[in-house]
Amino acid sequence: MSEVLVVIDHADGVVKKPTFELLTIARRLGEPSAVFFGAAAQADAVAEKVKAYGAEKVYVIDDAELKGYLVAPKAEAMQQLAEKSSPAAILFPSTFEGKEVAARLAIKIESGLITDAVDVQAGPVTTQSVFAGSYTVTAKVTKGTPIITVKPNSAAPEEAAGAAAVEAFTPTITDGAKTAQIIASQPRQSTGRPELTEAAIVVSGGRGTGGNFEPIEKFADSLGAAVGASRAAVDSGWMPHAFQVGQTGKTVSPQLYVANGISGAIQHRAGMQTSKTIVAVNKDNEAPIFELVDFGVVGDLHTVLPAATEEITKRKG
Amino acid sequence: MGLLACNLTTTILGFERAGWLAGINITGGAARPHTMNIVVCVKYVPDATADRQFESDNTVDRVGVDGLLSELDEYAVEQALQIKEKAGEGEHTVTALCVGPEKAVDAARKALQMGADAAVHVVDDAIAGSDAVATSLVLAKAIEKIGSPDLIVCGMASTDASMSVVPAMLAERLNLPQVTLASVVEAQGDQVRIKRDNEGSTEVIGATLPIVLSVTDQTGEARYPSFKGIMAAKKKPLETLSLADLGVEADQVGLSVAWSQVEDTTARPPRTAGEIVTDEDGSGAVALADFLASKKFI
Repeated sequence: MSEVLVVIDHADGVVKKPTFELLTIARRLGEPSAVFFGAAAQADAVAEKVKAYGAEKVYVIDDAELKGYLVAPKAEAMQQLAEKSSPAAILFPSTFEGKEVAARLAIKIESGLITDAVDVQAGPVTTQSVFAGSYTVTAKVTKGTPIITVKPNSAAPEEAAGAAAVEAFTPTITDGAKTAQIIASQPRQSTGRPELTEAAIVVSGGRGTGGNFEPIEKFADSLGAAVGASRAAVDSGWMPHAFQVGQTGKTVSPQLYVANGISGAIQHRAGMQTSKTIVAVNKDNEAPIFELVDFGVVGDLHTVLPAATEEITKRKG
Repeated sequence: MGLLACNLTTTILGFERAGWLAGINITGGAARPHTMNIVVCVKYVPDATADRQFESDNTVDRVGVDGLLSELDEYAVEQALQIKEKAGEGEHTVTALCVGPEKAVDAARKALQMGADAAVHVVDDAIAGSDAVATSLVLAKAIEKIGSPDLIVCGMASTDASMSVVPAMLAERLNLPQVTLASVVEAQGDQVRIKRDNEGSTEVIGATLPIVLSVTDQTGEARYPSFKGIMAAKKKPLETLSLADLGVEADQVGLSVAWSQVEDTTARPPRTAGEIVTDEDGSGAVALADFLASKKFI
């Protein structure tokens, strides 16, 4: 069986859940080989994690020389790894970086690219959700090695033992690739809540919060949810852009999405319309968000949410 | 570079405390080029607020639905114009570049009305159905034809396909650095600095021109064309080019040679109308908790 390269999504050596989803998908297409761009010292711990999801090999690319630059060096490394391993497919997480490395790689190895897949089956045949979630599209790469970026929550991670044989890979990086430099980086403070794009439940607030996100956050915490915001809330300076759900922010597809004080413009819908269950709380019974919901409450979020938080906490005992 | 990096770090961290949308300052940078040649890529897309649909060959219907300049490319035009305006003395030009069917010229015109100096529209029947790979080829060839640009500005994504990959592909084809997803842009001399939100951090990226830059909606409102701008646009150069003009063969682009093919498109079934309750004296909260419990979320 051919190898399927899976680029590991991690934060400083802590492997993120979408990686396990990618490995689960990769097993439908061939033998998963995980690719770790990171500190060589963390390689064994990372290999241990991906082993449980069927990684047969783990290519370790020490990123000490690469991490100060944007995506071009990683694209060169992936090109060389693809030439060496002749994979059946190459899977990336649908992060901005994953998509950009994939884009450069596609041109380098003259291969077709499909982005933001929400499902991948043998073939590989991909499923994408387009036009703000109003259409579902199935597609196939028809040239070269299929390169596919996959959105979080696209598969339920299934455990399977792999060999996870660690293999160091040292690419040759040209000076031309080291041109866009990361001059400063400030990690975002952790909120202690789940990652927005990976969360099973997302609770969002919009203009209707009037800038007070406390009811949103408390309600989210009662459900163990991530907190999101509409563009109106972000533009008003109430929440950082990293929390924005919508066309120019994050796209989420959780089991449950609760929109509070959000009218439901097309740009917001583009970021949440594929959520499994949608709930809205809004004072305006004409708000377009109510067209999407499985359940809606016409009311003031400032009274409904605190009461609901209390009710949920009570029921959870 | 060491001093520059240090200054920026202090500045950005200081501004972080002041707020997310604060600017970044460049201290340093080599002499300003006397002429700055800026190209801004603009896409003509179906109006996102209309009922967008597919053609029988599974390509996006770009004719039956009203189109316009992609909202996300307006921010690119705005930043291109601001960089030009701040560049000071010299022969600086902003050229809007658009690839698409006849009607797509509207996107180029809008950019001219906003203030671009010239526009190039690449139109050719063979282009229809092109994927991002082929689109980036046509853009790259057109940019080479326009001349050696110092700066190529793109939006963060199109509002139709929203892949966000064309800037990276273009940078790869032109062998240029890519500086993408900027929320704040500062250019001085031959140096560009941007601030951006990455997955887990806020970053400052620096590069030396020429580069491919992509900007987000966080860079700030795009200007509306003024009446004067609309009138002036009618006299600005708008060049129409075919694939032959660019030296691109018809069999390098279009639907039939796309490196990926859509097999099927299905309209998502409309969501069945949900239950809507009106909150009265706390009834909404109880009903909400009941619903969440019925779905096993609590």
